[in-house]
Amino acid sequence: MINLENISFDHCIKCTICTGYCPVARVTHLYPGPKQSGPDLERLRIKNPELVDASLKYCNNCKRCEIACASDVKIADIIGRAKWKYSKKRFSLRNILLTRTDLIGRVATFFSPLVNFITRVAAVKFFLDIFLNIPSKRRFPKYAYKTFRGWFQRNKNSQMKFDRSIVYFHGCYVNYNDHDLGKAVVKVLNALNIGVIITREKCCGVPLIANSYLKKAKKQANHNIQILGKAVESSEMKIVSSSSSCAYALKYEYTNLLELDNTRIAGHIVYISEIIYQEFEKGNIPNMKPMKLTAAYHAPCHLERMGGVIYTIGILEKIPGLELKLLHSECCGMSGTYGFKNECYQISQDIGSELFSKIDAIKPDLVITDCETCKWQIEENTGYETIHPVTLLSRAIEKVKRH
Amino acid sequence: MKRIETDVIIIGGGATGTGIARDCVLRGIQVVLVEKDDLASGTTGRNHGLLHSGARYAVQDVESASECINENRILKKIARHCIEDTGGLFVTLPEDDPEYHHALIQGCKKADINCREISVTDALRIEPNLNPTIIHALTVPDGTIDPFRLAAANILDAVERGGTLFTHTKVTHFLRNQNTIIGVCCHDRLKKETFEIYAKVVVNASGVWGQNICKQAGIELKMFPSKGSMVIIDYRINNVVVNRCRKPADGDIIVPGDTVSLIGTTSKKISYEKIDEAVVDDDEVEVLLKDGEKLIPNVSKTRMLRAYCGIRPLVAVSGKMDGRDISRGIVRVDHEERDGVKGFISIAGGKLMTYRLMAEMTTDLVCAKLNINKACTTHQIPLPGSEQKSSEHKQIKRFSGIPKSIVGSTHFRHGERAHRILQKDRKSYGLICECEMVTAGEVDYAINHLFVNDIIDLRRRTRVGMGPCQGALCAYRAAGHMAQHEATHEEDAAKMIIDFFEERWKGIKPIFWGDALREMEFTYWIYQGLFGLGNLISGSRGSGKGVETIDEIRNF
Repeated sequence: MINLENISFDHCIKCTICTGYCPVARVTHLYPGPKQSGPDLERLRIKNPELVDASLKYCNNCKRCEIACASDVKIADIIGRAKWKYSKKRFSLRNILLTRTDLIGRVATFFSPLVNFITRVAAVKFFLDIFLNIPSKRRFPKYAYKTFRGWFQRNKNSQMKFDRSIVYFHGCYVNYNDHDLGKAVVKVLNALNIGVIITREKCCGVPLIANSYLKKAKKQANHNIQILGKAVESSEMKIVSSSSSCAYALKYEYTNLLELDNTRIAGHIVYISEIIYQEFEKGNIPNMKPMKLTAAYHAPCHLERMGGVIYTIGILEKIPGLELKLLHSECCGMSGTYGFKNECYQISQDIGSELFSKIDAIKPDLVITDCETCKWQIEENTGYETIHPVTLLSRAIEKVKRH
Repeated sequence: MKRIETDVIIIGGGATGTGIARDCVLRGIQVVLVEKDDLASGTTGRNHGLLHSGARYAVQDVESASECINENRILKKIARHCIEDTGGLFVTLPEDDPEYHHALIQGCKKADINCREISVTDALRIEPNLNPTIIHALTVPDGTIDPFRLAAANILDAVERGGTLFTHTKVTHFLRNQNTIIGVCCHDRLKKETFEIYAKVVVNASGVWGQNICKQAGIELKMFPSKGSMVIIDYRINNVVVNRCRKPADGDIIVPGDTVSLIGTTSKKISYEKIDEAVVDDDEVEVLLKDGEKLIPNVSKTRMLRAYCGIRPLVAVSGKMDGRDISRGIVRVDHEERDGVKGFISIAGGKLMTYRLMAEMTTDLVCAKLNINKACTTHQIPLPGSEQKSSEHKQIKRFSGIPKSIVGSTHFRHGERAHRILQKDRKSYGLICECEMVTAGEVDYAINHLFVNDIIDLRRRTRVGMGPCQGALCAYRAAGHMAQHEATHEEDAAKMIIDFFEERWKGIKPIFWGDALREMEFTYWIYQGLFGLGNLISGSRGSGKGVETIDEIRNF
């Protein structure tokens, strides 16, 4: 039965511009595009839930359709909800492994050298390919030893001395894989004279949402709304995230897709580069050493959906000596867990192929992107070091300190 | 002049006419059916598609109610693919007289309609979008019926068993031998061809247009046309037929029909001269939306697709103007008996629900005239496509590999005949209409087997152009596909598109606001901005009456 609050599909005028912007529909006939999968078929699914097409699984949830839509139809949300609501729930060990980031992260960080070793053994990859449908060509992200939270707990006293504070939603990637990014965020914010607070957050739920575990996602979202809401209660304090998808989920997916009330936190959530940009605008710019680098910038889809790309470009432009090459706006194809599925692997590679060749043509010293999964995709396919904009910023600041 | 001989000529390709054709053929009688426009293009295709349980009539007219429930049971067996057994509710709003609720239960009992009182909570469980303030609820065996499919299936069966069909063919005059009608002279508008058909009996099944037909035969048959208007909602806002439990009045029913829902119906007298140009009035739309909202509050938040009206063929039996002689029931007139004109029968009145019964009654009379002694079998033999009871679920499994939405929609529209349409060839299941999932294969099937001459005909056989965009994209694809497969000439195709949009525009005009307005702006942008079709039409009659001639376009 239809939830009559979610009838944005009713506004679709069938202009089909979304399908023109869909990276998946461009490379494969297996996916009929967002117009068809979203508003068109929603009418049929309301009529008869059995008419749900298997092709929905090829939506990579990049949300480019929603950016393109002239009628404000929440196309990706319609598709996301349809996947969950109408598709048969099948047990998939692979999807559970890919989406339970907290559980896997906690275990993997404990045995990280071992985990990092075995996920690179050809035989193991072959096994994963055959039995779990995870493409053997994929490289797994490396796990760090222990967690970022552990590091922060040991160093949190240093955060007391600042006048202003900010809540940092570090996300799973920083916590389990890339402590350096978390440390860079702390360093840059501190350089801006802002102290950092960390809450007992759980995974934002993006991988769960993308794989239709909405029930579990709702549970985690509620937890995050509670814990973050408490931290910023009756204050103007912001919540920053260094992952564009986490920020998008907290701010928009919680209410649009999960239908939860996130008003307690929605107004507080900003993506990290927006905060830094605002400080820069106020003249609060730390000393930075010239970087003398050519960097190619790739804007992740979810950051584009939020309208946050301009801030990242704004702060990168402030780094002296950095020659910034903006890449054409397009999806890299990884789309979180999407590229880690055998059935989507080739599509994922085909979507990204243009981007890869453009990066190769620029021959940059490094690639910058805000999203961790874009980073994996670009590093795996081009070989160029790919870093977060804040990481680059912290390197520039670090250089000054050493002198 | 071409000359055709047959046993029976049927004038009118609505549900009744096609039903008679099928009944005759099943009894071994040769038939030719002549329709001036397209199948189900008159009143048949212009109602709310309700498969009446009879409950609506149970209080005032038990006889009609019994007729309905009997036909309801028969149609559920013989026309499975035209019917959706949704079930229906009668709900009483706080402002309605609760007495009617009890009277309805009594009436249903008398008419043998299975009617059950349920709690308001249960009603809201069955239909969650219902107005939660209702005070009583009843379930009745209502359903929905697609009149286009019904007429097409009837004539398909008749033609496959040897009958002949002429659409877009008008009767110009009757051929007489003194007091006996021996045939008709016809003009085929598309082929620009005039021909004569000779028969032993001519049946006038042209509904409200029957008055004109009779006039041509020199007989007076007085119709009292009553206009009924309906509004179509963009999607299925309800899955169960929702009736308002009060005396029949405007805006007291919302029917789910395939992918949409309809709010019905108004009742307005119109003069006979206006029956061909009847339009929906603003006040009718207003009443329908206002009362529709009372049944399902979300009506007000939803986009309207179009509004349309049909003309009920109510007949004055004795030919007098007196209102009391008007019958709402079935009227079968043997003109030999009434007017002394031999070989001529008129059938009118009735409802879509009773089309089969009307056909049976008429064919019985035809048989009597032809001295044929054969019993009717239309209540036993299923229509083509309805031979087997098979769930959509089974079909989806059977055609795995083709998207479920396509298999489901094709099967929903064509029943068992979907097997002749669905092929695991990507070209064949490529979409022509994306809103209603009409594939190239389905369009081909319709062109080859379902008597399609233009896109308006095609719309009635499939659902091309019936979705939210009202043909904005699929009209061109369908026309292109028809031209490619030589079902039309390229230049006819352009005219066909113009006529199609003229016809769509008629229904959109009454609800021209909000998203419908935005949709039309986009449609117009393609129509005029991209293809400049408006330039082509200037000087054309733009009558929405199907393809005329290639020459007409050349002259622009």
